[in-house]
Amino acid sequence: MEATPTTLFDAIWEAHRVDVNPTPAGGPDTLHIDLHLVHEVTSPQAFEILRERGLPLRRPGQTMATMDHSTPTTPPDASGLYIFSDDDTAAQINTLEANCAEFGVPLFALGHEHQGIAHVTAPDLGLIQPGMTIVCGDSHTSTHGAFGALAFGIGTSQVAHVFATQCLLAARPETFEIRIDGALQPGVSAKDVILAVIATIGTEGGTGHVFEYSGSTISSMSMEERMTVCNMSIEGGARAGLIAPDDTTFDFLEGRPFAPQGADFDAAVAKWMRLPKPGEAPYHRSVSFDASRLVPMITYGTSPGMGVGIDAPIPHPADLTDDDERDSLRRALDYMAFEPGKPLSGHPVDVVFVGSCTNSRLSDLRDAARILDGRTVSDTVRMLVVPGSRKVKAAAEREGLDQIFLRAGAEWREPGCSMCLAMNGDRIESGQLAVSTSNRNFEGRQGPGGRTVLASPMTAAACAVNGVISDVREMLR
Amino acid sequence: MKNLESLATLLPVDNIDTDRIIPARFLTTTDRNGLGRHLFADWPEGSAALSDASIIVAGHNFGCGSSREHAPWALIDRGIRAVIATGFADIFHANAVRNGLVPVVVEADDHARLVALLEAEPDGLITIDFENHVLRCGTVEIAFRAASVVADQTTPGGAELDLLLQQIVDIQNFEAGSQPRVNTRMETR
Repeated sequence: MEATPTTLFDAIWEAHRVDVNPTPAGGPDTLHIDLHLVHEVTSPQAFEILRERGLPLRRPGQTMATMDHSTPTTPPDASGLYIFSDDDTAAQINTLEANCAEFGVPLFALGHEHQGIAHVTAPDLGLIQPGMTIVCGDSHTSTHGAFGALAFGIGTSQVAHVFATQCLLAARPETFEIRIDGALQPGVSAKDVILAVIATIGTEGGTGHVFEYSGSTISSMSMEERMTVCNMSIEGGARAGLIAPDDTTFDFLEGRPFAPQGADFDAAVAKWMRLPKPGEAPYHRSVSFDASRLVPMITYGTSPGMGVGIDAPIPHPADLTDDDERDSLRRALDYMAFEPGKPLSGHPVDVVFVGSCTNSRLSDLRDAARILDGRTVSDTVRMLVVPGSRKVKAAAEREGLDQIFLRAGAEWREPGCSMCLAMNGDRIESGQLAVSTSNRNFEGRQGPGGRTVLASPMTAAACAVNGVISDVREMLR
Repeated sequence: MKNLESLATLLPVDNIDTDRIIPARFLTTTDRNGLGRHLFADWPEGSAALSDASIIVAGHNFGCGSSREHAPWALIDRGIRAVIATGFADIFHANAVRNGLVPVVVEADDHARLVALLEAEPDGLITIDFENHVLRCGTVEIAFRAASVVADQTTPGGAELDLLLQQIVDIQNFEAGSQPRVNTRMETR
C-alpha cells in the first residue's frame, strides 16, 4: 500500500508525536525532542524548576550546552581569567557551569575547543541531522532547519518541560512553501535572499506556519548558506524553516564527530533519503521568488521586513495606503534619521559588525575577507569580526583570514553572540549607525539608542572600507 | 476565569518587539522575578505611557523577535494581565499564555474603534469577559477570538509540566521504540 504523501514537516512531526492515552480532545500534541541545545541566558530558571520539583534531567545524552550570549569576546587575561562585562553576567556563566555539572549535561565552556554560538557549533559537530526535532531557548534555533530537521525556539518554561520529560506540548503549525529559483548575481548572497523574502512577506507573514524552502536557488546553496536562510525564518514570523536534505547535506555531515560513522552513516543516508522532497504534498500556503533578479539588500528601518535593494530608494510614508504601516514607517525613519525617497548609499557608517548565528561561519568570514583583502577599514569606522565558534576561529586563522582583518584595521575577536544583541558589553553607542550581518534591527538592539542596518558580510565589508553605505558590486568589478 | 476590568495603557504601535519589551542586557539574571522595572527600559514612549493599568492596547505583531520568556515575566511583574492586539508573534503568544498573561486578538476594524475610543477617553475602563469572549469599553462591545486556555502556574513548570509528567509512561513507550539519534555524551576524537 502506498502511504499518503506528506510534507517534510508533517513527516517529522508525525515521527515524533507521542501517542498519549487519553488523547486530550483538541489539545496540543506531545512532541518528543531529539536534541536540546542549552545556553546560559534562558536556562537558569528552568534548572531551578527541576530542583523545585525534585526531578532529574531526563536525557542528558540528548542535551548539549554552550556559552554564547553573554560571553566576552576579548581573550582571557595572563592568568587565564575571562573578564565579564559585569558581576551578573559572570554569575550567570557560573550558574550554567554548576547546573550542567549537577544534571550531567555536556558543556562547551569558555576555552573549550567547541565553545561558540549554539547554532554555529552544533551543526559543525554533526549534531544536527535530517529528520530530527531540535529545540533551544533561542528563537534562532530555526537555523537547523537547513538540515531538514524541525528546529524551533522555546521559552524557559518549555526548556524545563524538555529537561524533565524530553517532550513538549505543541499546537501543530501549518506549512508555507517559500520557493526560490534562479542563480544569484555576483555580490548577492544567501543573506540578501532571506532579507528579500522577509521584505516581501512581512515579519508576521509566517505566523502560525513552518516554512519549507524549495527551488533551484536553495538546492544550489551550500549548507552554510542554507543555515543563513533558515536562521532568519523567525524574522519572517515562522518558528521554523525546513530544507529537504540532499547530497549537499549528506556530504557536509560525513565524518563530523557526532554524525553516524562508517556503515551506520550509509544506513542513515538511506533513511534520510526517504524523507519527503519538496512538492510531494500540498502546502497550506505557497509563494515564489525569482532570485536571479536580486541585488544586495539592506534594511532602512527598525524591523527586519523593512529592507530594499542597495540601489533602491527608501519608501516614502506618504506612498503607503495602510494607516498602521504608514505610522510604522514614519516612526522607523524618525528613529533611524533616514530620509525617505532616497537610496541609503553614501550614508555615513560608524560601526561594522560581522558575526552572529546568521553570518559568522567560515564562508561568511571569507566573503568579508575577500572584500577587505588589500584594502583598509575607513578611519571613521570601528569594525568587529566575531567568529561563531572556536572551531570557525581556528579554521579562519589557518587560512590567514585573521591577518586580512587585522591588516585592514578590523578587530578580530573571540567567539560569541557579541554585538548582535549587545548583552556581553560589545555594543554601539547611542546615535551610532551600525551595518551588521546579524538578524535584528530593532530599536536599541545593539545598544540603547543605537541604529542598525542589516546586510550581508560582503556588503558590511564594503561599508567598512568606504565608511558609508555602499554597493559591494562596485568593488567586485 | 473571572472578568478583568482595568484602565488601559494605549500603545497602538506595530511590531513592539521583545528587545523593546525588555532589552537583552537585563537578561543576565538567574531569577524570573523583579523584571518589571526593566519593562520598556530603552523605549521612552512605552515607559512614559505605563500607569497602574493592567491592560495594554498594542498594535500588530506584538512580541515579535526573541523567545525570551523574560518578556511576559516583565509585563506580569509590572502588573499587566492582558495585551489587546490584532496579532501576536507565535513564541511570545505561547510564553504569555503559559504565564497567565492573556493575549487578546481582535479584528483590525474593532482595534481601530477601540483605539479611537481610548484616545477620546483615556480614562475609559475596559472589561474583558473571558467567558463570553467579548470586551467592553463604554458602549462599545468587541468580540475576540477565544484566547487559549490560560495555564495554571501554581506549581513550578506549570500545569503543562504536570500533564507531561502524567504522560511519562506513554513517553517511555515512545522512547522504547526509537533509538536516540545523537549522544552528546559520546567521546569524540
